[in-house]
Amino acid sequence: MSVLAVEALSKSYGGVQALDGVSFSVSAGELLALIGPNGAGKSTCFNIVNGQIRADSGRVRLNGRDVTGASPRRMALEGVGRSFQVAQVFGSMTVRENVQTALLAARHRLLGFLRPAATLLRAEAEALLEQTRMAARADEPAAALAYGDVKRLELAMALATAPRLLLMDEPTAGMGVEERLALMALVRDLARTNGLAVLFTEHSMDVVFGHADRVIVLARGRLIADGTPQQVRADPKVADIYLGRRGGAE
Amino acid sequence: MSFEAFAADWPLVPALAFQAINGFASASTLFLVAAGLSIIFGVTRIVNMAHGSFYMLGLYVAVTLAPLVPGPLGYWGAVLAAALVMGLLGALVEITVLRRIYRAPELYQLLATFALLLVINDAALYFWGPEDILGPRAPGLTGSVALLGRRLPEYDILLALIGPIVLTVLHIVLTRTRFGRLIRAATQDREMVAVLGINEALLFTAVFALGAAIAGFGGALQMAREPANLLIDLGVLGDAFVVVVVGGMGSIRGAYLAAVLVAQVKALCTALGIIEIAGISFNMSKLTLVAEFLVMAVVLILRPHGLFGRPIPPAHHRGSVEAPLRPLTTTGKFSFIVIILGLAALPFLGAAFSYAPVLALDVLIAALFAASLHFLMGPGGLASFGHAASFGLGAYGTAFAATSLGLDTITAFAFGIAVAALGAALLGSVAVRLEGVYFAMLTLAFAQIVWSVVYQWEDVTGGSNGLFGLWPDPPFDSRTGLYLAALAVTVAGVMLLRYLAFSPFGYGLRAARDSAMRAEASGIPVARLRWLAFIVAGTLGGAAGGLFAFAKGSISPEAISVGRSIDGLVMVLLGGVQSLAGPLLGAGTLTVLQDTVMRETDYWRALLGGLILLVVFAFPGGIAGGLALLARRGAGR
Amino acid sequence: MSRPMLEIEGLDAWYGAARILFDLSLTVARGEAVALIGPNGAGKTTTMKAIMGLVRRHARRLSIDGQDVATLATFRIARLGVGYVPEDRRIFTDLTVAENLALARRPARAGAPAWDEAALFALFPNLAGMLDRPGGQMSGGEQQMLALARALVGNPALLLLDEPSEGVAPIIVEQMIETIRSMKARGLSILISEQNIDLCNAICDRTYEIEHGALRPGGLVEKNSSRPQNE
Repeated sequence: MSVLAVEALSKSYGGVQALDGVSFSVSAGELLALIGPNGAGKSTCFNIVNGQIRADSGRVRLNGRDVTGASPRRMALEGVGRSFQVAQVFGSMTVRENVQTALLAARHRLLGFLRPAATLLRAEAEALLEQTRMAARADEPAAALAYGDVKRLELAMALATAPRLLLMDEPTAGMGVEERLALMALVRDLARTNGLAVLFTEHSMDVVFGHADRVIVLARGRLIADGTPQQVRADPKVADIYLGRRGGAE
Repeated sequence: MSFEAFAADWPLVPALAFQAINGFASASTLFLVAAGLSIIFGVTRIVNMAHGSFYMLGLYVAVTLAPLVPGPLGYWGAVLAAALVMGLLGALVEITVLRRIYRAPELYQLLATFALLLVINDAALYFWGPEDILGPRAPGLTGSVALLGRRLPEYDILLALIGPIVLTVLHIVLTRTRFGRLIRAATQDREMVAVLGINEALLFTAVFALGAAIAGFGGALQMAREPANLLIDLGVLGDAFVVVVVGGMGSIRGAYLAAVLVAQVKALCTALGIIEIAGISFNMSKLTLVAEFLVMAVVLILRPHGLFGRPIPPAHHRGSVEAPLRPLTTTGKFSFIVIILGLAALPFLGAAFSYAPVLALDVLIAALFAASLHFLMGPGGLASFGHAASFGLGAYGTAFAATSLGLDTITAFAFGIAVAALGAALLGSVAVRLEGVYFAMLTLAFAQIVWSVVYQWEDVTGGSNGLFGLWPDPPFDSRTGLYLAALAVTVAGVMLLRYLAFSPFGYGLRAARDSAMRAEASGIPVARLRWLAFIVAGTLGGAAGGLFAFAKGSISPEAISVGRSIDGLVMVLLGGVQSLAGPLLGAGTLTVLQDTVMRETDYWRALLGGLILLVVFAFPGGIAGGLALLARRGAGR
Repeated sequence: MSRPMLEIEGLDAWYGAARILFDLSLTVARGEAVALIGPNGAGKTTTMKAIMGLVRRHARRLSIDGQDVATLATFRIARLGVGYVPEDRRIFTDLTVAENLALARRPARAGAPAWDEAALFALFPNLAGMLDRPGGQMSGGEQQMLALARALVGNPALLLLDEPSEGVAPIIVEQMIETIRSMKARGLSILISEQNIDLCNAICDRTYEIEHGALRPGGLVEKNSSRPQNE
């Protein structure tokens, strides 16, 4: 069964149809890339799935459960991890405290007052940092990290909710070529070992065609292609609207 | 049916209509202040706390100039001259002060403009003295028009028309002229305006001058309605904040609509007078402030950015990120204990230091107040400009329980704290929906409302006289007993706040401050945590108020005015917002300054304003920040 | 050889307290297109902002067409004939296309191509048909065109283009390459920061590589034969 199933989503803004009957699904262990020209409805689609905005019609199901219209916070507690286009972490806290906070939130333990938070869930936080190869930086302030490390910390925090689905908005924006490939390789590892479904948007075609298992293409609010990277690259419709004659090669 | 018969059957209708026109006149005044505030904020991203001061000065200048030339020329000439003078003053203020703070953190900008308010207020005191000054009536408009069986002053009708006229003129300027397009462009992205070769420094000066001139115009027009006095700068500022928050920051239309809404609701309450519901009579005219609060609450719950507001685009620069909080080292804990023991020994040191415990009691109360505010500002990331409300609720709750209810000292104190906690829970439920300058403005408006309710609700609060004759029971009736009790409460409060900052709750709060978006995506209930922090801060701020009431033996509206809120902010900033010890240092420093230097002069406001500007310009890290810097330099050698 | 359009020597720049650029030097000759490449965070955007005076900077020499601009305010640098198209476009979304263009218009200057309405709309035919549309209601590609057009109506002699292809569909990038080439053909000097190597190769005469806020040793690449000859 698919982890995320999106059924006939539609959304319009003052007469402009941003999203028009879009359906797709992501299964466990799969990396699905969502691509398309600017204004094609990628962000609208993404933000409906993560609960930031409400669809006019259509359904979003998570492990078969209807979660249409749930708030971002509820989505997090339902098992959706997220990373932002510009990585967001808690800059004034150490790397370990960042992950501890995310873990405490996931376990509904933020209103505990009895013990200092520094001692709570420490081992689990370190295990997550180990997974994202950030253990060596545990005591550094998050604000002092290099950008690639911030991205990996954000990933560790996204994993704190033990998510089934990971939503990544342009995960490699603002990174150098080598960093990009390393991050996506890490995401792929995590997806395979944890049975995570990953949905990501991306502008960098080397990331899309190098790391996605499947690619869907949006144009003017409609889904125009859904297939393996090879199928999508060969699709003449996609070439006309988005990739161009050179097939997005970089 | 004749009108007279109709009016006799429905006595309310003429009263309502009469008050409605009155409401439009008040709305125009509010709009003239709010419009300038809104335009200035749009372009410069600064909430000009001194905006009410331009309004006040406009009125002073007009009442001074108008008698110089007789007749309409003198009156209207004075109105226009006042607007012009305020425009020039605005330009001067922008060039000398505001240009230095455009890149400062939001909170510093708010405080710096508040410092301007203090300085201008004392300047007005110096030039015009403390007495109210009556202006002339408008020549040719002193009569009244008969309407629905009542007499409506002609001048009010004119005022009611001026609002829409100014609104239309502003709209045309903004949409049809190059200056207006520049304002709209700069409102969205001032840096890009400069990139296109436009002198944005000049544009900012012009915008600030325009806003100040409109406010001065509004103030001058009041010449025929109210005397010039030194209280109206803050009075009109609170109302203008409500209007701007309700209308939506940066929207001129919104400002007018909100001004009408607020003014009409007030007018309606006045018109209804005393009504009876289910046998209980309510004096609606005394509920105008509560009504204003309700309007604001409803609008903000439905539309968090106001009627026509949009989310404020993030500033292109950000303040430095705080360093992680660390638990106290052994040395730190040791010093803390030594300081407490030293403070506890103070009353027993004998006659040589007889004044010390009195001063130390003031410092303790200030420290608890500042520490509670810091919890909201530091870990919570929410700068309240209305923490005096908590202080006031705690102080009045305690005083009311001890005098009118006759409760014993400890129960009365607990009662006061409970009142403050309840008030914080209520106000906080609306306030935590907002962030940044909106939060600052809303909390300031709240505190003004609490102050006004206290001022007006004589049966319970004693009105302007306040409540007095507050004697604590033994063992707190001696100076030493009270002092030690206050020390215990303050130490307990400060330790609790510190403990909370390191608890999971504190982690969640700091996380929400650093990135609300990330916090939500991690499942952190941001609004709920902030609400709880608001209650914690309010409760302890209330405890400080309760201690204050016992320490002074009385409480009056003056002690809970906006000055109290600003003192708290200055203490936190003076000490340094990035450290938990900062507010304690700041409280000590400011209280000692107030008890020594500022007591010696009539112009303590200007002195405080100067101190604020000094901190903002020269010591942005506060005392604690300065000490930390010294320590780092020392260690580096 | 005539004096360079842009000459930078020993440029340092800071973003807040963080130092981003270290002793950077580069030149753009009159009529030349030069690329600045390197990973994100290397300092490409900061270089552009430092030229425009939008960040704190210090340079031994920072001159536009021979005139020292190291201490000038942003608007004065713009008036010397520097156009800047930032990475995120930053058009005024509340203003219409016509208003966006009107605010940016400056008189033509000697030694720089002049862009009157006809020349502009020949380059951006789409914009002519949407003059009354608010910037906020345009698609991403249209906004990018407006950002370019807005910089051109200032009649600049030097154009700074920050990652014009960032976030743009590959097919639009192909059109953009043609547009920028015709701008260059009219004599405009261009400094362009890019990650898209194809775009650099198709447009630029020379390439500087920067990394960690400094030029990479040997990172200056003259135009070479690997550039596709497809005009």
